[in-house]
Amino acid sequence: MKKKNVLIIGASSGIAEAVARRYAAQGSSFVLVARNEAKLAVIASDLVARGAADVQTLIWEGCDLASLPALANSAWDALGTVDLALIAHGTLPDQMRAQVDLAYAMEQFRTNGESAVACMLALAGHFEVQGHGVLAVIGSVAGDRGRGSNYVYGAAKAAVDAFASGLRAQLFKKGVHVLTIKPGFVATPMTAELDLPAALTAAPDRVAADIEKAVDSRRNVLYTPWFWGWIMQVIRFLPTAIFKRSML
Amino acid sequence: MPTLGSWGRYPRYPQTAHPVAWPFEAEGALSRARSHGAETTLGYGCGRSYGDSCLAESDHVIAMAGMDRVIEADWRTGVVLVQAGMTLNGLIRLALPHGWFLPVTPGTKFVTLGGAVANDVHGKNHHVMGTFGRHVRRIMLYRSDTGVCECSPSINQELFRATVGGLGLTGIVLAVEVQLRAVRSSDIEQTSIKFGNLDEFFALSAQYDSKFEYTVSWVDCLAGGTSAGRGHYIGGNHAAEGELRVAGGNAKRMPVDPPFSLVNPLTLKLFNTLYYQRQQRKVIDTRVSYDPFFYPLDKLLQWNRIYGKAGFQQYQCVIPPDAGRDAVAAILFETARNGAGSFLAVLKQCADIKSPGLLSFPKAGVSLALDFAQHDALNTRLFARLDAVVHEAGGRLYPAKDAHMSAHHFQAAYPAWAQLESLRDPLLMSRFWRRVTS
Repeated sequence: MKKKNVLIIGASSGIAEAVARRYAAQGSSFVLVARNEAKLAVIASDLVARGAADVQTLIWEGCDLASLPALANSAWDALGTVDLALIAHGTLPDQMRAQVDLAYAMEQFRTNGESAVACMLALAGHFEVQGHGVLAVIGSVAGDRGRGSNYVYGAAKAAVDAFASGLRAQLFKKGVHVLTIKPGFVATPMTAELDLPAALTAAPDRVAADIEKAVDSRRNVLYTPWFWGWIMQVIRFLPTAIFKRSML
Repeated sequence: MPTLGSWGRYPRYPQTAHPVAWPFEAEGALSRARSHGAETTLGYGCGRSYGDSCLAESDHVIAMAGMDRVIEADWRTGVVLVQAGMTLNGLIRLALPHGWFLPVTPGTKFVTLGGAVANDVHGKNHHVMGTFGRHVRRIMLYRSDTGVCECSPSINQELFRATVGGLGLTGIVLAVEVQLRAVRSSDIEQTSIKFGNLDEFFALSAQYDSKFEYTVSWVDCLAGGTSAGRGHYIGGNHAAEGELRVAGGNAKRMPVDPPFSLVNPLTLKLFNTLYYQRQQRKVIDTRVSYDPFFYPLDKLLQWNRIYGKAGFQQYQCVIPPDAGRDAVAAILFETARNGAGSFLAVLKQCADIKSPGLLSFPKAGVSLALDFAQHDALNTRLFARLDAVVHEAGGRLYPAKDAHMSAHHFQAAYPAWAQLESLRDPLLMSRFWRRVTS
């Protein structure tokens, strides 16, 4: 196992933390970015105990796009080179509320879509200069097709998906890889209040193991756990005449 | 929202989970439970308590498994401070490569540190190391009346004594500091000795317990007559040198609830006989990984499902030395007579090593654990007889395993219960505690 320099934006998310633990065990160095200082401190000490060589933390609000270039600079200053950047911040919007509360809907759309896109843009230049590394972003199976039950979130994640796809083509020529991660149901604090079907719900570490493998093998798009690829294949190809009548 | 239960799945009261992922969320989780109409609640780890001690009276629990981080680890001294939701498995995986192991471990690694403290768990080395609580250096608690507080053998001693073995009632355990024990190998040198009856067990125990840090015996609880109490005595010590290798996760999962209990008189007789006869020679020495040695049942995840939806109860008692032989014989006799029988019965000699915990279960004497498929009438009748034997012998039952003991027997066996009650967090209440204190 090779030590890596890892930058994580949204480091206090359940999936991000599980990924960080895996890289910590290999003696990696980290820059962790999140909104909540107390959570960052808790994670940082955990990663050090798990073997991380160094953990630095930066406080950042997901809506603060103006400070992103400075944030990227500090990350590269701290790490020298970045082998893996993971963009993992996000929320799970209340779809019912979003349908009647415009300000809320747009805020959620920005957090899950615009903000992730801005992060990719802010990091892309550094990666281009560096000429290697993996830029991974957490999309969602929800972005594959807008569903009546969750389309504010789905549309934002679709934007992330399309943007990452284009950026992948751009950065490929520079030796940099872009990985789009599409998790299904994962048991994290974000989904703790939902009634998810147990058989389809994965532990964060299972998803993190898939992500680590996908980073190593330079996968383009990762559905995790794997069966979500097949589920979404079916959902994508449902005729609209049927799809719009469904409760999906 | 997903619901939780206890390991024996009896009594069945689905628990609504209010998860806590960060130490500062405990207060919020308590008020969330209250907003659901729960006047009291209870911290919940992995749900490996068998009966109702991990079930909240309100059926709303504070789920702590997401709090599984290390706060501080000193690999030179083996002192680790970890969040209460970390499992023993998680801690072994972290500590073993550094040459450290749990000072005391129960028969499953899928319990949280918070649960290990709350039940003051013990293991095969009780006769050497005592209970888990003896190796706890300090505990961080969230109490609804005083907020976050720390207790240890030197700070807030009363609260510490009440929290160790305190069944989670003195506050939500947030973090635990433990002194690990050094090992030079992940392997155990194991000796398995076959014994033909109960007297042979006590003779073996007297002869060998001082030679092994870990000892336990599996008993064929269906054998009668002169073979009553036959079984295998298993002793082990940490290997003096070797690799420090974390065991792989190749466990199988019990996939379904069978429509009836797979543990029934027919399979029991077969299993117990085969298990006893499996070892042909009298003594066998082997070297095994810590994982199969300490956690043979963890190989089958959710093995509790083999008892079907009705669930099962474990009957675990400890009997003082003088009365030990006769009481165990009486219990095995009653069990065999009822054909109720246990999948595997476990015998272990505990030593007179004082725990700091007020309500710690182990004490000097012999401990016996039996599993029974849940049949209301049978268990009520049989347990009443067994309870009388235990009570008369001056023994006691293990709250972590219990779903039936009477308030009278509990209060006689655990006279310090009133002290714990006086230090209980007023917003915490389990179904067990309500049952045995009212």
